[in-house]
Amino acid sequence: MTAPERQEPHKANRPAQPPEPARPPKANEPPPPPERRQSAAARRRAERRLERIAAGATELEQRLEDLLHTGLSAALRTDGDGSGPGGAGSAGAWDETAARMVDAQAPGLAARARELGSVAGSGPDWPSRLLEGCALLHLLDQGFLDVERLPAALAATVRSRVGLTTEAADVLSGPDTVTVRDRWLVLAQRDGAEGPLTARRIYLRGERTGRMALHLSYGGPHRPLDVSLPPGVLLDAELAYYPGARPLRAALGARHAPAAPGPVPSGCGIDAALAAYGHALREDPWLDSWPVVLTDVTPLPGGPDGGWQLADADGESALPLDRRRLGRAALWQLVSLSGGAPVTVFGECGHRGFLPLTVWDPAPVPLSP
Amino acid sequence: MTTTSATTPPTPAPALTPPTPSAAPAAPHPAPWPELVRAALLGTGRRTPPVAVRPGQSPAAALLDAAAVSTLRRRAALRPAPAGERPAPAPADPRPALPPAARRRLALLLADRGPGAEGRRGTDPDLTELLPQWLAAAGTHGYRAPEALLPALLDVARARTDLRPAALALAGPRGLWLARLNDDWKFALRGTAGPLALPDGTAPEAVRRRWEEGLFAERVALLTAVRRRDPQAGLELLATTWATERAEDRMLFLDCLGETLTATDEPFLEQALSDRSRTVRGTAAALLSALPGSALGARMAARSLACVRLSRPVPGGPGALAVDPPRVCDAGMQRDGVTGRPPSGRGERSWWLGQLVAATPLDRWPGHLGGRTPAEIVALPVAGDRRTELHDAWCRAAVRQRDAAWARALLGAPGDPDQAAAELAPAGSSRDLTKLLTVLPGDERARWVAEFIAVHGLADAFRMLGVCAVPWSEPLGRAVVDALDIARDAGSYPWSFSGVMGLAERCLDPAAADRLEMLTAVTDEPEGASPGAGGYWSEAFQRLVGTLRLRAAMHAELAGEPS
Repeated sequence: MTAPERQEPHKANRPAQPPEPARPPKANEPPPPPERRQSAAARRRAERRLERIAAGATELEQRLEDLLHTGLSAALRTDGDGSGPGGAGSAGAWDETAARMVDAQAPGLAARARELGSVAGSGPDWPSRLLEGCALLHLLDQGFLDVERLPAALAATVRSRVGLTTEAADVLSGPDTVTVRDRWLVLAQRDGAEGPLTARRIYLRGERTGRMALHLSYGGPHRPLDVSLPPGVLLDAELAYYPGARPLRAALGARHAPAAPGPVPSGCGIDAALAAYGHALREDPWLDSWPVVLTDVTPLPGGPDGGWQLADADGESALPLDRRRLGRAALWQLVSLSGGAPVTVFGECGHRGFLPLTVWDPAPVPLSP
Repeated sequence: MTTTSATTPPTPAPALTPPTPSAAPAAPHPAPWPELVRAALLGTGRRTPPVAVRPGQSPAAALLDAAAVSTLRRRAALRPAPAGERPAPAPADPRPALPPAARRRLALLLADRGPGAEGRRGTDPDLTELLPQWLAAAGTHGYRAPEALLPALLDVARARTDLRPAALALAGPRGLWLARLNDDWKFALRGTAGPLALPDGTAPEAVRRRWEEGLFAERVALLTAVRRRDPQAGLELLATTWATERAEDRMLFLDCLGETLTATDEPFLEQALSDRSRTVRGTAAALLSALPGSALGARMAARSLACVRLSRPVPGGPGALAVDPPRVCDAGMQRDGVTGRPPSGRGERSWWLGQLVAATPLDRWPGHLGGRTPAEIVALPVAGDRRTELHDAWCRAAVRQRDAAWARALLGAPGDPDQAAAELAPAGSSRDLTKLLTVLPGDERARWVAEFIAVHGLADAFRMLGVCAVPWSEPLGRAVVDALDIARDAGSYPWSFSGVMGLAERCLDPAAADRLEMLTAVTDEPEGASPGAGGYWSEAFQRLVGTLRLRAAMHAELAGEPS
C-alpha cells in the first residue's frame, strides 16, 4: 500500500445514528443499565427490539454468505432471478434487506446494506470496495450477535454502529457519566442534509487534553438547530463523550465562560495524520476517517494519479484529497488560500483520502460544503 | 477523563474475528488482498478460497473473516503517497485586504448571481446589477480580493465579459496564478496577453513574430498595444505586411490607428487614399479628416468653403448663409473619400456637400465667415432649405474632431422654449445628439441632459442618460426623479420607464434616496390612470430607494466606515 484509496461514497465518521422518525422515545434507547428503573412494558419493548435486530443481523449474514458463495460478480445482475442465490447481491435485493433492517430498528445496518447495493459496477475497483463493505458489515453483524462477550466499550461502539442511539441527556446525566472540562477550540462546523433533516457536525479539540470531539445535532422543520459554533471560537465547557471504544461524539454540558476567539491550532504532518487514523481503527474498525489538524501542508495539483494532494513541508509525503466528497468550490478555495504556500488545514483523514473542512488564513475560513 | 476508553482493553478490532486455530490446514499467513478479491468474485461455491476455515464455518464466512482482517490491516497501515510537483508560489500582492463588512458584501454579491428570472417586479434590489458598481468602487480603493472568494470571482468573470477587467484587476496576481491551474479560467490569461501586455516585454523579434503568425484578434491586440507605447513603431509594424493583407483586414487595422493618431501617420494614410479597396480609402479619409492640420483637411476645406458663403441681402443688415453645393464629384473628391452615389431619396449634390463639410476642419469656418464664433455661425439663417443638411454635417464634424465649442453651439440650450424639440432633431435630420453630447465636458453634459429632461421628459432621454457620468450630478438626478414623478401622475405604468428606472438604480447618487422616499407612498390614482399603476409605482420607487441605500452602504463599507 502506498496511498490511501478512495472508496465507498458514504460519509466518513457518521456514527450510525441517523435521525429517526418520532416514535415512543424509549423505544430508541439501548438496553437500559440494570440500576435504572423502568416499566416492565418498556423493558419488554427493548428486548423485542434487540431480538428483531439480532434476527436482522442473522439474515444479513446469510445474504453475505450467499453472495460470497455465488461470487461478487452476481451482484452485477440487476434482477430476474431474485429467487436464486445470485439475486442476493443485486441493488434491489439489498434495498429490500435495508428496508427490513429499518423495520428492525437497526438504521446502522440498514445504511450499510443499502450502501452495498450501490457499489457493484460503480467504477473501477468495485469488487475490492464491495468486498471491503461486505467484510465490515459481516464484522458488525458478528459483533452484534456476540455483543455480550465484548468488552463494554467495544460493545457500546457496536450498538451505536448498529443504530441503537443514546439520548444526549442520558450521556450528560447517566450514572456512568464523566464530563471533560477543557477549553475547546471549534475546528469546523458543517451542515449537511440527511433526509428531511439538517445534520450539523461541529468538531472541537480540547486545549489541555488534546482530545477531538464531534458535536452532532439535527434540525428539522419544527426543530431548529440550537447550537452554532463558528470555527475559531474557544469554548470553556464540559463535554461528555458518548460511550464507545473510540469516543468521538460528545454532548455539550455546562459552559463556564462566553465563547472567545481562539488561536490557530497546532497540528501534525501527513505521517502522523495517517497514524492517528490507524490508531483509531484499532479501537473502532468501522471508522472511515479520523479528524486531524495538518500543519504546513501545501495543496499540489496532479499527484501520481493526476489528483490533488496535500503535501508536507518537506515536499515528499502527500495525502490525496478525497475528491468524491470535496466539491469544486472547496477545492479551489483551498488552493487559492494557500497560494502555493503551506497552510494549516483541519479535516477528516481516512482511507479515501483527506477531506479539508477549514483553512486558517490566519483567521479560520470554512470551506464551501 | 471519561472512563470508556480507559476501561477498554486495547483489543484490536480483528479480535472480533478469532485468530485462526493452529490446527487449520491453510497457510498461516493471510492471503494478499487481490487474491481475496479474486476468490470473492469467483465465489466460494466454485473454488475453495485461500483462507483458513474453522470447523462449522462455511468457506464464505471464512472468506469474510479474512477480508475484514485484511481490510483493517490495509487501512491501518496506509502510507503517504509520493508528493507531486509543487507549483510556483503565487506572487505577493501588497494591496490591503478588504474591510470585513465589504468582504461580506462581496461574498453576498457573488453568491447571488443567478439570472433575475422573476423579472423586475417586487421591491428587492437587483444584486447582479450592483456587482459591477461594487467592483468599480473597490478598484478605486486599491484593495486585493479575499483569497477565499477568488474562485467565485473568477467564475463571475468567466460568465460576464463586461465584468472581466474589473474582476481581474481585483483578483490581481493570485487570481492569475489560480487561473493557470484551472482550465475553466483560461480566459483570464488571454486577457493579460491582450492590449495590456506585449510579448516578453519589448523584444522586437517576438513582436514581429507574433504579428506575422498571430490570429487576427491577436494581431489587432498587438497592434493596439504597440501603438499605445510607440505610435511610430506600430505604424512600421503595420507597413511590413500592409501590401499582403486582405482588404477587410486592412480596413480594420487602419481603424486601430485612430485611437493614437499622430501627424507622422499622415503620409501612410495619404497613400492609403489610393488603396484598391473603397472601404480602406474611406477609412483613411475619415482618419485624415480628424487629424489636425492634415493636407486632406485643407483640400476638403477649400472645396466646402467655396460652396458656403455669407450673403447680405441688405447691406449692413443681418447676414445669411448662401449654400451652393458642388456640381460634380470629381476624381480628387473621390480620392479624398467622398462617395459619389447618394443613398436613395437624397439629392446627390447635397450628399456631396455633406461629406465635404463633415471632413472640413471646423476651425476654418470663423475666418471664412467674418470672424463669427461657432454660436453666431450656427445662428445664421441659411438660404433655401439647406439648413438641416449643413448643420447635420457640422454635427458630424464636431463629433469626429471632438470640438466642444462647436458641439455646444450646435446643441444650443435645450431648456430654451424657442428651441423646440423639432429644432434639436428636425425632420430628415441624421444628427445624433447623444454622440454630440459626448464631446462636451462631463458636468456640462449632465447639465444639458437635465435641462433637456425638464423640458422634453424622459421619452427620448435614455441614450443621453447613458453617456452621463456616474453617479449622476445632483441637477441631473433631480430632473430624472421629477420626470418619473410626473410620469406617475400622468397615470402610466412604471415599466414603460423600466429602462430609465434600471439606469437610475445604478446611476442616481445614493444621496437622492431620502427625497425618493417620499415617492414610495401609494398615491391616489389620477383620473384616467392605468388600473393599479399607483401600487406598481410605489413598488418601483421602493426598489429604487432600497438599491440606492444598498449602494450607499457598499461605498461606506469599502471606505472602511463603521456601518
